[in-house]
Amino acid sequence: MQILVLTKPVPDPAAGAERLGADFRLDRAASPTVVNGNDEYALEAALQLVEAHGGEVIVLSMAPANAAETMRKALAMGATRGIHVTDPALEGADMPTTIRVLAAEAKAEPFDLLLAGIDTSDGMGGAVAAGVAAQLGLPLLSSAASIEPIRETETVRVKRLSAKGYDVIEAPMPAVVACTQALGAPRYPSLKGIMAARSREIASRSLADIGPDVAPPGGWATKVLEAEPPSARAAGRVVREPAADAAREIADFLADRRII
Amino acid sequence: MAPRILAVAEVADGSLTKLSTEVATVARQLAEAAGGEALGLVVDASPDAAAQELATYLPTVIAVTNPAVTSEVVAPHVVAAVAKLIEEGVTHVVLGVTPDGRDVAGSLVGLTGLGLLANADTVTWQDAGPVTHASVLAGKAVTSSTLTGDRGIVTVRPGGVTAEPAASAGTVERRDATAPAVPAAKVLDRVAEAGAEVSLEDAKVVVVGGRGVGGPDGFRIVEELAQALGGVVGATRASVDAGWIPYARQIGQTGRVVKPELYLGLGVSGAMQHRVGMQASKAIVIVNRDPDAPMAEVADLFVVGDLFEVVPALTAEIRARKGG
Repeated sequence: MQILVLTKPVPDPAAGAERLGADFRLDRAASPTVVNGNDEYALEAALQLVEAHGGEVIVLSMAPANAAETMRKALAMGATRGIHVTDPALEGADMPTTIRVLAAEAKAEPFDLLLAGIDTSDGMGGAVAAGVAAQLGLPLLSSAASIEPIRETETVRVKRLSAKGYDVIEAPMPAVVACTQALGAPRYPSLKGIMAARSREIASRSLADIGPDVAPPGGWATKVLEAEPPSARAAGRVVREPAADAAREIADFLADRRII
Repeated sequence: MAPRILAVAEVADGSLTKLSTEVATVARQLAEAAGGEALGLVVDASPDAAAQELATYLPTVIAVTNPAVTSEVVAPHVVAAVAKLIEEGVTHVVLGVTPDGRDVAGSLVGLTGLGLLANADTVTWQDAGPVTHASVLAGKAVTSSTLTGDRGIVTVRPGGVTAEPAASAGTVERRDATAPAVPAAKVLDRVAEAGAEVSLEDAKVVVVGGRGVGGPDGFRIVEELAQALGGVVGATRASVDAGWIPYARQIGQTGRVVKPELYLGLGVSGAMQHRVGMQASKAIVIVNRDPDAPMAEVADLFVVGDLFEVVPALTAEIRARKGG
């Protein structure tokens, strides 16, 4: 089966150096870049499906030119090839444009399943998978904790996390699946994988290749007016005492605030 | 043209969710500030009770009776109803940040090309449009954003506003279902899991076990402390990934966002992805062996110590004070 995985290069949350530039856009020079965490769960699920059912995993990113380096990590995990949509005109693209671009590119690449992380650690919008599904007129299976393609019926069955546990849902393929960490931890690239990834293709696509009409002539639909650091909390108190005394200190703190 | 602002409500077990009452309040307040009109939407197999409740917040509520949602995921059916209302002149759509709310919002962006202001903590109407405040970059920045056109979609996080009924109740208009433009996935089964049913967002006290809890056994003392405090147990990504506790308890960027009166973190180091989900808590108390844990940056009270000693002592102390 053919599986397309949307992978967004994002600032590494573990490095903790993410910040917005003067234009309120992500300052991409400030932080090392990694594949978005939830997209890695999607990629791992895709690799396991291909190992079980055959086929190939293709990663698709819309990102600045230097993101090819980050995409290569996805190839090192085992993806066959990458598609990198990059164009200066797409810098700071809004959600509708991002969705149109990814949907247009996905349309050119026949697939059984399109997988994406449920949201990204930078923008946290969580709208891309649903938007691409809607653009393509395909069913969306979201909050996925497991993905099971069923050959006989050409459907895909997903455990969808719910407020009470999970729902078992099913839809015909091709379909779009929004993936969660409940799918299981991603593998580390092996040395062999890293070597193999060097020669795997990452095709570069510009807006002209896709069709310039995906970008709105009137500019982006949303804009950032202001950005500031979160308001700082007052410095807290540190207690280093034996357990019984520390417990009394906490209880006093809670009593002062009428929590107990 | 005066804005028409639609609140999209969600139904759980026949009644309106708490977040839906907040979404309705936001829509009404925006419409009042904009000199426009607010309306609400409920799509369910039997929407009447929820629609009546929604009408205590909004002047007009559209109740769509759609039996399909018992056997299919709800989002495509809600999308179809909203898309029709947009055709009829709705300019802004407000939804809650929930799995279904996000699916509906994303689908609407894909279908209509409208702009999305996602994950708003607060929304105000300024000049000609909504301005949202939202936390981005794993909590590293708070942005104010707006729409450049006169239509768009806004999703709001729980607890941004206090739900307030309108001065007088509105009217409910019943409508038939609109067929979805995109096929809806079938629901074959709905499975309840033990431990998943608590509402972290509504809890006044949340006691969280992190990696330092060490295993499912460690969560027993976390549970006992939570019980003594009348709170609920939450978790970090590390303890969920380790399989010690269900995903439904996860607090953080990919889990729930909570702002309780008290957040009590046990063996929680404070990875950014977790802090995004709890840093708006009123009081934060941490027990951790490592005084340099990042959680120290947000803690009001940071106890440097072994949680396996401090927690049982604290549980006993609280029980003694409550009993005495």
